[in-house]
Amino acid sequence: MAQQIFAYILHKNGVADDSALELVAAAKKIDAGAKVTAIVTGTGAPLDALCKEMAASYSSVWKIDNAAVAYPNAEVIRKILVKLIPKGSILLCPHNTFGMDLAPGLSIKLDASFVSDVVAIEGIDGSNLKVIRQEFSGQVSTHILCDISNGAVVNTRPGSFKADESKSAGGAVTDKSSEAGDLSAKRRYLELVEAQVGDVDITKSDILVSVGRGIGEKDNIPVAEELAKAMGGDVSCSRPIVDAKWLDKSRQVGTSGKTVKPKVYMALGISGSFQHLGGLKGSPFIVAVNKNVKAPIFQVANVGVVEDMIEFMPVLTEKISESK
Amino acid sequence: METVLISPAKAFFLFIPTIVFSVLIPIIGASLFTYIIAKRLAPLVKSKSDPRFDNLYERFINLLKIGIGQYRQPRYMMAGVLHIIIFAGFMILSIRSMSLVIIGISENFVFPGLYGIVGTTYNLLKDVIATGVLAACIAAIIRRGVFKPERYSVPKKYGKDHTAEAVFVLLLISTLMLSEMSFEASLLAANAQKGIQSHEIIIPGTGVWFLKNYLSDCPIKCLQSIHLVAYYIHDIVFFFFLCFLPMGKHFHVITSLPNVFFGRTKKGTIKPVSYDVDEDKIDQLESFGVKKFEDFTWKQILDFYSCADCGRCSDNCPANAVGRPLSPRFISIKGREYAFSHYPLQGKFLKSEPLIGTVYSEDEIWSCTTCGACEEECPIMIEYINKIVDLRRGMVDDGLVPQSLQKPLKALENRGNPYGKVEKKRADWAKEKNFVKEYKVKLLDQGDTADVLYFVDSITSYDDKIQSIGRSTAKVLTACGIDFGVLGPAEADSGNEVRRFGEEMLFQDLRNRNTEAILEAKVKKIVTADPHALNALKNDYKGLPPVEHISEVVAKAISDGKLKLKDVEDENKVYTYHDPCYLGRHNTIYDAPRNAIDAIPKLKRVEMSLKCKDRSFCCGGGGLMLFYEPHEETRMGVLRVKMANKAGANVIVTACPFCMVNIEDAIKTSGLEGKMEVIDFAELIERHIIK
Amino acid sequence: MEILVCVKRVPDTAENEIKINSDGTDIERDDLVYSVNEWDNYAVEEAIQIRDRVGGAVTVATIGDKDSEEILRREMAMGADKGILISDDAFEGSDGKGISKILAAEVKKGKYDLILTGAQADDGAGQIGGMLAAILDLPYASIVNKIETVDSKKIKVGREVEGGNQEMNEIEMPCVLSIQTGINEPRYVGIRGIRKVASIEIPVHKAKDLGVDAASVGAAGAKVKRVDYFVPPAGKGADIIEGSAEEKADKLIELLKAKGGIK
Repeated sequence: MAQQIFAYILHKNGVADDSALELVAAAKKIDAGAKVTAIVTGTGAPLDALCKEMAASYSSVWKIDNAAVAYPNAEVIRKILVKLIPKGSILLCPHNTFGMDLAPGLSIKLDASFVSDVVAIEGIDGSNLKVIRQEFSGQVSTHILCDISNGAVVNTRPGSFKADESKSAGGAVTDKSSEAGDLSAKRRYLELVEAQVGDVDITKSDILVSVGRGIGEKDNIPVAEELAKAMGGDVSCSRPIVDAKWLDKSRQVGTSGKTVKPKVYMALGISGSFQHLGGLKGSPFIVAVNKNVKAPIFQVANVGVVEDMIEFMPVLTEKISESK
Repeated sequence: METVLISPAKAFFLFIPTIVFSVLIPIIGASLFTYIIAKRLAPLVKSKSDPRFDNLYERFINLLKIGIGQYRQPRYMMAGVLHIIIFAGFMILSIRSMSLVIIGISENFVFPGLYGIVGTTYNLLKDVIATGVLAACIAAIIRRGVFKPERYSVPKKYGKDHTAEAVFVLLLISTLMLSEMSFEASLLAANAQKGIQSHEIIIPGTGVWFLKNYLSDCPIKCLQSIHLVAYYIHDIVFFFFLCFLPMGKHFHVITSLPNVFFGRTKKGTIKPVSYDVDEDKIDQLESFGVKKFEDFTWKQILDFYSCADCGRCSDNCPANAVGRPLSPRFISIKGREYAFSHYPLQGKFLKSEPLIGTVYSEDEIWSCTTCGACEEECPIMIEYINKIVDLRRGMVDDGLVPQSLQKPLKALENRGNPYGKVEKKRADWAKEKNFVKEYKVKLLDQGDTADVLYFVDSITSYDDKIQSIGRSTAKVLTACGIDFGVLGPAEADSGNEVRRFGEEMLFQDLRNRNTEAILEAKVKKIVTADPHALNALKNDYKGLPPVEHISEVVAKAISDGKLKLKDVEDENKVYTYHDPCYLGRHNTIYDAPRNAIDAIPKLKRVEMSLKCKDRSFCCGGGGLMLFYEPHEETRMGVLRVKMANKAGANVIVTACPFCMVNIEDAIKTSGLEGKMEVIDFAELIERHIIK
Repeated sequence: MEILVCVKRVPDTAENEIKINSDGTDIERDDLVYSVNEWDNYAVEEAIQIRDRVGGAVTVATIGDKDSEEILRREMAMGADKGILISDDAFEGSDGKGISKILAAEVKKGKYDLILTGAQADDGAGQIGGMLAAILDLPYASIVNKIETVDSKKIKVGREVEGGNQEMNEIEMPCVLSIQTGINEPRYVGIRGIRKVASIEIPVHKAKDLGVDAASVGAAGAKVKRVDYFVPPAGKGADIIEGSAEEKADKLIELLKAKGGIK
């Protein structure tokens, strides 16, 4: 394959985003033998450390150290990438809030094709790259052919590619800071307003441990919180829990609550009314735990466990902690 | 008539003949009163029209029964009896007070017809009633001033307490009574001292009797002063009171009888958007509903004027009970305050401003479940639902609809149901695998014909927990030997809540779709198990075959011997029947479901004491209300379940799918799971059918 | 402020399962109802609110066939001042870039201070705003959940970023913003509102009106093509895990790990 593959490494103060190693895996789906170049922007010692770290996974690391990109302003980074990336290259980028900010415009400036939110890459097909995307909030999937003869920007869905932990690339870091060019921008980053503590937005959660009235009493809520913590997710619930004021309204999943799009939804003691299921979008992997084998939730769940949630939760939490 | 005391018509005060006062006071008083009333009428003149001269027979009956007969007063016994005494006093003593005014000018004036025996009887009666009124006023002052019933308290957000005004007026009334008595008693005492035989009889124990005895030794000169001073106190207080009435809640003294006469005569209906424009042309109206004060109809403003601040509406309002930001009493009081402040007695009328956001809040207006408890209770027939609906219409027109309601409204527009489910699945409830083995429900939109249409409505069609009500209803209808079918995909939501949530155009759209489908089905009768559908079809639609609730059908089948029921499944259970608002209050179907339930042998049923029938407590509301997210402290259903529990019941029977949803949820959240259960009427009957 | 909002007509999939037709070329559209893309609706509401604050006009534009007029009317009923239907057979089959080119041509015909799009639509690509900005060489911010007007030259925007945080930026106008849901509470539009604007003329702009080279857009110009639709295989009903509670937990953990359910 003629095209060079690049990956933009997103990080926070030198701590790489999970996508950093996922992009290595994605690149290998395009071309198993690809020599992938990581582009890392930022400033100071954390940047140096990260570049070194990335060199283990990427054949080559381009470092751009500039105070203008201390915070990743997509407009500035676009300028850098347009300047650095050779025509016809493929650039991989995570499809998160930064990737969505950067990639579409970048593809225009590179005159390359753009395909976003890719969940799987099937490989090269002639001059096309064949990928899988999802549409209608994940209800259906599609195969996409993306003409890469002029290069492409490919945004991959975070978590869709298993991070390549082999760290066997043995790459070198090249400082490209001097080639960055003019970095003035019409958009200036001001500040990051942090979400209030405890104010969890369940619509953004990938993993939800959702409890229904099977939880029995308020005292069991912390048990569910423990489980959610072990799984790395958040606690959500069905309406009766909110009605009972055991959890905040912002935690409610359902037509009268939040519409959520998690990857994994564990429904504990939720019978599965359609008002509740109406709040479940995309196609999450649903695990139903319910002592009633006839609960309708089992009809829509992928996996079912017929157990009393109150007894099952601590067992599960403990086992997960052990397995880590 | 020979008298010892000089009458006000002939007396002098500082060389001025007192007749001057007797003439001036009424003239000034009446002029002022006329002026005030004219100002008070100004907003009514600017308001929207509302023809209220139809159904005159019902109107006169209402006037006699609810107005003059004070029929609803004793629903609150203590306050009711006190009010009836004071009201009777007003009715009887108004003649006396008016003749007193004239006596000040012409001393021997007697109202035509009040001569002889009639006059004597009247005089006896007025002495008794005046004494009663005085006693009632004192009791009322003590009640309001000392015991302060909770109902009268004014939450901070609604302004300051109203007790002072109430007590002041009670004192005014007491003054009128006392001055009338003193006027009379001083004369009688003087006559007695002079040995003039008065042919007037006084009943011992009355105020006049007490005063006469008290004054019996008083010098004539003193009696003369009392006589004149009492007269003018009465005269001045009388006209002061008259002019004071239109200043606040005591306006009801003047407006309540007309308000009752013009009150609504049909239950379950909603007023049209405009009485001036035909329904098919309302599209062209510049604005919909009530946005500013002048968008109210004159009757709605008369309602505001008439509110006596008795608090009975709010005391029965479920939204108020659960801490939602709605108290019907203050819908009226805030409306009246707006009228008074924007149409002041002196100076220019103020520019009108939008009501929502200033006088009323959005949440306040969305909080109403339209259960009708307030209207059922109001002693003077003030209407609330139409105002709420009109205000909602205004909000809908301005796009001010809570996000949680926008989705179901849009789904109703697109799909004919609030859930956004596909039309063709509307009859899927009848395809459940065990049900189809035995029953086949005819689909009238696919060429089948039947005598009776079973109108299912959205929740029973689509909510998989409620669909069983549909199947039970079908089984019950079959057991009753009724040839029925459903409209299937041709059925759309009845629109009962769509209309009550202010989306009139969407309602009309749904209604037109259903009307066409129903008429096409050529049935003789419509039956439904959903009281909201019943109400819409019966009261909001026109030209349809008769509509019955399943409970009526069952009650009739039982009495006709067509339906036989077996012994109750569990004799240890105690049942109570929860009246759905749209079956009971809005359609007065109270007995049919009770009779049918009681026809199950060995079934024990209790009533939820006062909170049944027309005082039933709303479960939380149906239709779109299920989607609304109110700010509330508890849920209506929870309170209702507790009422049933307190009544000693462990099974709540309801006859409405929405009650089912709300009460089922409430049992789970009130910690009574296992102790209480809820069952739908049709399901209860179905389980006890003898095949 | 002159504001253009680009909107799209999409199937309303809120409550209904999306099915794929027998040959996998498209989704089953017979039972679908269409409406304006939810994100776009928030964008229009935001535009209206800005206009009501600082003055100006709101134009809504969409690319589509005659059916798309309906969503323009809905947005006009909300309060948009003008609608533009961009419609040409040549546009059919355009990829994101093609759509952006067409919209860019439309933008150039007017004089807009602010161009809004929804953050994403039914295909979830979220690409139009960024591409449009780049073609027009305008600054861009995506996933905007707050707009504060500063002066006639610049505005302050908040972007919704990971963890529920908000990234505040200052951005010069004219600019393109893609709007996230939740930025406001869109007003309700009833049947009556739509009827009120039913007779307003909506201009139709064709390729030649916009000076768009037909070959560079549409299926011919598309470099990104959808081959087919398919549903990833999923079993009906839950696989019930058997065994003791401990065994169930072990098996479940394995499954959860495979699905990314344990972080």
